[in-house]
Amino acid sequence: MSIVFQKPESLTEKTTIFCPGCSHGIIHRLVGEALDELELRETAVGVAPVGCAVLLYEYFRTDIVEAPHGRAPALATGIKRVRPDLTVFSYQGDGDLASIGMGEIMHAANRGEMITVIFVNNANYGMTGGQMAPTTLPGQRTTTTPTGRDCAAHGSPFRMAEIMGALEPVVYSARVSAATPAKIMKAKRAIKKAFQNQKDKKGFSFVEVLSTCPTNWGMTPLDAVQFVEKDMEAYYPLGVFKDADGGDK
Amino acid sequence: MSKKVLMKGNEAIAEASIRAGLAGYFGYPITPQNEFTSYMSYHMPAKGRAFVQAESEVAAINMVYGAAATGCRVMTSSSSPGIALMQEAISYMCGAEVPAVIVNIMRGGPGLGNIGPSQGDYNQATRGGGNGDYKMIVYAPSTVQEAVDLTYNAFDVADKYKIPVFILGDGALGQMAEPVLLPEEKPEMKGDQGWGLSGAKGRDPRAVMSLRLAEGELRKHNWDLVSKFEKITEAETKYELTDTDYDVLIAAFGTSARVAKTAIRQLKEQGIKAALFRPITICPFPYAALAEAAKKAKKVLVAEMNTGQMLFDVKVAVEGAVPVEFMGCPGGESFSPEEITAKIKEMQG
Repeated sequence: MSIVFQKPESLTEKTTIFCPGCSHGIIHRLVGEALDELELRETAVGVAPVGCAVLLYEYFRTDIVEAPHGRAPALATGIKRVRPDLTVFSYQGDGDLASIGMGEIMHAANRGEMITVIFVNNANYGMTGGQMAPTTLPGQRTTTTPTGRDCAAHGSPFRMAEIMGALEPVVYSARVSAATPAKIMKAKRAIKKAFQNQKDKKGFSFVEVLSTCPTNWGMTPLDAVQFVEKDMEAYYPLGVFKDADGGDK
Repeated sequence: MSKKVLMKGNEAIAEASIRAGLAGYFGYPITPQNEFTSYMSYHMPAKGRAFVQAESEVAAINMVYGAAATGCRVMTSSSSPGIALMQEAISYMCGAEVPAVIVNIMRGGPGLGNIGPSQGDYNQATRGGGNGDYKMIVYAPSTVQEAVDLTYNAFDVADKYKIPVFILGDGALGQMAEPVLLPEEKPEMKGDQGWGLSGAKGRDPRAVMSLRLAEGELRKHNWDLVSKFEKITEAETKYELTDTDYDVLIAAFGTSARVAKTAIRQLKEQGIKAALFRPITICPFPYAALAEAAKKAKKVLVAEMNTGQMLFDVKVAVEGAVPVEFMGCPGGESFSPEEITAKIKEMQG
């Protein structure tokens, strides 16, 4: 009898703390599968963010360092520069990457650091209880936008995958969705490509994953999936915004 | 046998760091330490080692944190306002217990202040500086040669205790050129030291982090850090006492100690017996040695290029055994030896 499905070797057996219906578990798995398939687990060093994914070291069977809020791309830069032989990735949420860490992500990308960045966009600060994030949709209610995000007062949501794609040294920038099985399969291909680029020493790769946060959105897991597909994907188009290989757009 | 070379403080400390086996330097421009980053920008890449001019001091210290987490020998340098920006990551590094060397070539503050030499960051350096309970080892060199020797050794001390180590100089030390004897060059230190992040091949994964959520875990960690610092205090505390027979004891560190030495020579010529007590580690502070030294004096004078920061530690050490007086010179300036001599004469009444 052959094994057709099992937990990736790059993940541990621990039960995650994630809420029912949260996409983090799926995205962890996709990263784990990519590391397994590219045989990168044994050289991998992950950089954990501050937020719901802070416990990365509990769930990944790889070396992990925990960054101050937003600084993961700077830590990843330091690691990769002294140890270019390691496979370095950061895993960051939207508040971490696009708000407090906007400087670090822009400059790491613009230096073309040879790292892989997984950006989980769930349109709010999950760990702190659902405040407005830089990616909160116009009109979306959060604990700090009780009447909905007013772009005149709070600015407009950042489209990070497009911003990354516009930077000259970036070799790959894509936005994918964790909403449906078919989209998750596409997300897997993008994440794998982002690690393949590092393995091939091509340069900085960035994958934004549109994700659910049912608890803070006050939705059932099913409604949350629909919110990603209908509302988030409308504002944040899926696609590849930069591929130095000229690959599948 | 190597010969003495004439070098600016900033460049000499940088060269000593390279010779200590430095694998990575991450910095950001700020006066009066700019020669440091410039020196590294040429000499590190020339040796095939990592150099990054970061987008901010915040990024620079976080690059140091990441690189230090691999066990490689890394550092940054900056000056007062830049060091203030680095405090967040320094706190994380102390919590996560990773080694690194951080050089602060102090300037006048608060705020943008000015670019003159100052000792205004004594409290920040010796009281932690960031959030939470922690301390670091802080060396306060008073000559370029001493800065070279302390920095070269600081990397070993940092590795030994897995702790960030500060070199606290000032604009005068950074900008002044003096003849120095440079230490022997060590090979680049790039290993994981048995604890660093190097890929979990054939071993369990490693985590470098400061988050400790389980009940009692952080409390225990805090006390463990205290125990570690007790060992550091016992083994690494350094100071200089220039004489055994004195009426007045001047307590000063770094550049002000240098000025005090000249003042002591002048006083001697005038028949006044004065000695210098100079903490070389201002953290751990040599409380016991100072307490002992103060007993032999009639009075103690604390002279600092600030408004009285080490003064507190001196008073803690002396415990009222003899009167402690203070003369300060803040604002990116220094007092002259003559001002110290005048102050001591005034103290003697």
